[in-house]
Amino acid sequence: MSEITANGAMSAEPSARYWTRDHHPENSTLLGFWLYLMSDCLLFAGLFAAYAVLGRNYAGGPTGAELFELGTIALNTAFLLFSSITYGFAMIAAQRRNVNAVIGWLVVTGLFGGAFLFLEIEEFMHLIHLGAGPQRSAFLTSFFALVGTHGLHVTFGTIWLITLIFQVKKHGLTVENRRRLMCLSMFWHFLDVIWIGVFTFVYLMGVLP
Amino acid sequence: MTMSDTNLNTSTSLIMGKLSWAAIPLHEPILIGTFAGVALGGILFLALMFKFQLWGTLWRNWITSIDHKRIGIMYMVLGIIMLLRGFADAIMMRAQQAMAFGDNPGFLPPHHFDQVFTAHGTIMIFFVAMPLVTGLMNYVVPLQIGARDVAFPFLNNFSFWMTTFGAMLTMASLFIGEFAKTGWLAFPPLSGIMASPDVGVDYYIWSLQVAGVGTTLSGVNLIATIVKMRAPGMDLMKMPVFTWTSLCTNALIVATFPILTVTLAMLSLDRMVGTNFFTNDLGGNPMLYVNLIWIWGHPEVYILVLPVFGVFSEIVSTFSSKRLFGYTSMVYATVVITILSYLVWLHHFFTMGSGASVNSFFGITTMIISIPTGAKIFNWLFTMYKGRIRFEVPMLWTIGFMLTFVIGGMTGVMLAVPPADFVLHNSLFLIAHFHNVIIGGVVFGLFAGINFWFPKAFGYKLDAFWGKVSFWCWLVGFWVAFTPLYVMGFMGVTRRMNHFDDPSLQKWFIIAAIGALIIAAGIGAFLVQLYVSFMNREKLRDVTGDPWGGRTLEWATSSPPPDYNFAFTPVVHDSDSWADMKENNYQRPKSGFVAIHMPKNTEMGFIIAAISFVVGFALIWHMWLLAGLSFVAMMVAIIVHTFNYKRDYYIPAEEVVRTEEAHTRLLERHV
Repeated sequence: MSEITANGAMSAEPSARYWTRDHHPENSTLLGFWLYLMSDCLLFAGLFAAYAVLGRNYAGGPTGAELFELGTIALNTAFLLFSSITYGFAMIAAQRRNVNAVIGWLVVTGLFGGAFLFLEIEEFMHLIHLGAGPQRSAFLTSFFALVGTHGLHVTFGTIWLITLIFQVKKHGLTVENRRRLMCLSMFWHFLDVIWIGVFTFVYLMGVLP
Repeated sequence: MTMSDTNLNTSTSLIMGKLSWAAIPLHEPILIGTFAGVALGGILFLALMFKFQLWGTLWRNWITSIDHKRIGIMYMVLGIIMLLRGFADAIMMRAQQAMAFGDNPGFLPPHHFDQVFTAHGTIMIFFVAMPLVTGLMNYVVPLQIGARDVAFPFLNNFSFWMTTFGAMLTMASLFIGEFAKTGWLAFPPLSGIMASPDVGVDYYIWSLQVAGVGTTLSGVNLIATIVKMRAPGMDLMKMPVFTWTSLCTNALIVATFPILTVTLAMLSLDRMVGTNFFTNDLGGNPMLYVNLIWIWGHPEVYILVLPVFGVFSEIVSTFSSKRLFGYTSMVYATVVITILSYLVWLHHFFTMGSGASVNSFFGITTMIISIPTGAKIFNWLFTMYKGRIRFEVPMLWTIGFMLTFVIGGMTGVMLAVPPADFVLHNSLFLIAHFHNVIIGGVVFGLFAGINFWFPKAFGYKLDAFWGKVSFWCWLVGFWVAFTPLYVMGFMGVTRRMNHFDDPSLQKWFIIAAIGALIIAAGIGAFLVQLYVSFMNREKLRDVTGDPWGGRTLEWATSSPPPDYNFAFTPVVHDSDSWADMKENNYQRPKSGFVAIHMPKNTEMGFIIAAISFVVGFALIWHMWLLAGLSFVAMMVAIIVHTFNYKRDYYIPAEEVVRTEEAHTRLLERHV
């Protein structure tokens, strides 16, 4: 901290006006990603607000109590929550620099995510088949939009996860890849949090009379 | 119709969607004239580019550049070009309303007039004010905090191109199809598929969706930059005020643009898929849209005005040669405005009938905003008090702003009183009010900022004479154009009319049209100012890097700054850190330079944004095949980009030495 060159450049003194060594600001990726997640959270807030306003406008059509099968939804919720745990194991493996374990846990996470998406698409197809598609009533419009947007996020998360598996395989657990793993980790857990909101607000409260 | 015909039809509609030759407006002389002008200008531009062989430098130094300074300049260019388009719309409206009385239908039929006022509002907010504000923040903030670049340089380039391609989608609607006829916020059910079956609203939606992604990401980027990349010693209460207002603005961007995105997405689902968010039947609720869009829309006006409050703060203290009065209260006022701006949206539709309690709540929160804003005005006045004021062009804009904006603020408080609003709602009084704050606040601030920081960006000052001509034309023109609108607003004249029956109103509209012409002269004078300054650039040259006696770090480096901004990272001890350095006999470092770590240019931002333009265009015209393919192409491009791990390079120490020595020689020659 005491290298001196030109006038006033002694970095240890309070009068110093510049640093003579290279200044590396803190890495901002994690903060930036947090900010992005918060903006995404507001996007969901808009959809939740729409559901809050429109969710009981059945327009003479089916209600949530008639449509939702809580058993399937509980299974689906379990898939998603377990995928968060397995992603956590992948991060622990990354801390231990164990490439194969990271990839293994990522694959398991991706499979859980895939299972979640499969069940969700099944549910959507079933509802459309019953004549309860998104055009039927404002309730179903806001339901499909909210749950579908979450599903789209899981889809993109899964594509990202597959990409990352290849990148970890190719370059190993470099600084960049560990940073990316951390970002996807935040994204994945964030989708879990949103889902807990959806499960409570849409499904559990939806089956109430 | 035979079987093969039907097949042919379905296959063309899969590829071409709703697009056909009928979408080209060959029967509209104004549009054909505009198209001819644009085509000629485009050919001239291409010819000049080939003649001077500028394609290489355009691609390498600008389009693919991730340098925050070049991106900032490109934002400004975009904003100024779009200002010409938006202002052409304004002149057409003023001309139409000045002549369309009694038997005279004017020259704009309703379907054209409605597009013109929609495009005017949309363009002026999203593609003039936003790029100009973002451009200033992009250019100035990293310099003010002593950083090399923004936190995410690639994302910065990508954001710029998303904004630009969004603007290009709006422009495309001039010549292919049409634009929305709904007003700039496209309220349903008018913007629903029943009332607006054509592509106009879709152009509106997808332009804003593409540009909105860019704006949100640029907000994230600048927050991360300000929070993480400040020079050592610059704690939050030592940040320059412009950086503070930028921080608050970007916080608002990140907190509101997602709402715009999701609201427009719902509207497009209603239009494309037949859902029922905002329809009148099957349980939809149009007022939900109005609430959501204003939850974005009100903070949006603070997104525009907060940074220019910062600009004025910098200018007032610089040209009064004094520290800003009440720095701390300025910061708190900014933060309070940021928070309150989120709690007032309902004042845009008191007439919805939410009841007295709700209206009172939003009326009172709205009035409270005038308190921190008033505090700011007093801070600027007290900064000038006993200062050695220099009436340079940026300072003229600042004083013009203070006089004009205060009146706009007061008419705003009038509108915040719900019973008064029931009378004035949707009238020309409202139009006069928001132009009063947007022109008198944002536009004046942007011109002040351009005149202030131009020498930093280009190394020479702008010509003062033409700057003053521009200022006086704008100031006088504004009042001549909008005072009649205040008057007519009190008389109950409503907005967005393309024809009037009452001939006694005509004189007011003629005065307003004259005002618009004076403003046109102001814009012309600004363009002349750019040209004259460029021709006289040797005489106007700024060799010191500090032409105004500046107080913050951007004036500590050369004009224009080197790619790396500062050879050595500055250390900050004061909120006016450059003034502090000058007072303490700061000596520029002249030796000991080291290699500097920098991010590398990339073309991927441009490519991904260009593909998103195609996605948007295809969705507008229901070209499902193209939409699907281009969306997949965009995903592939993004994934390919993530496989690029080599994103940085070092500027070698010798090059830093060369650049710094050139600056030293220049300084010594001009002591």
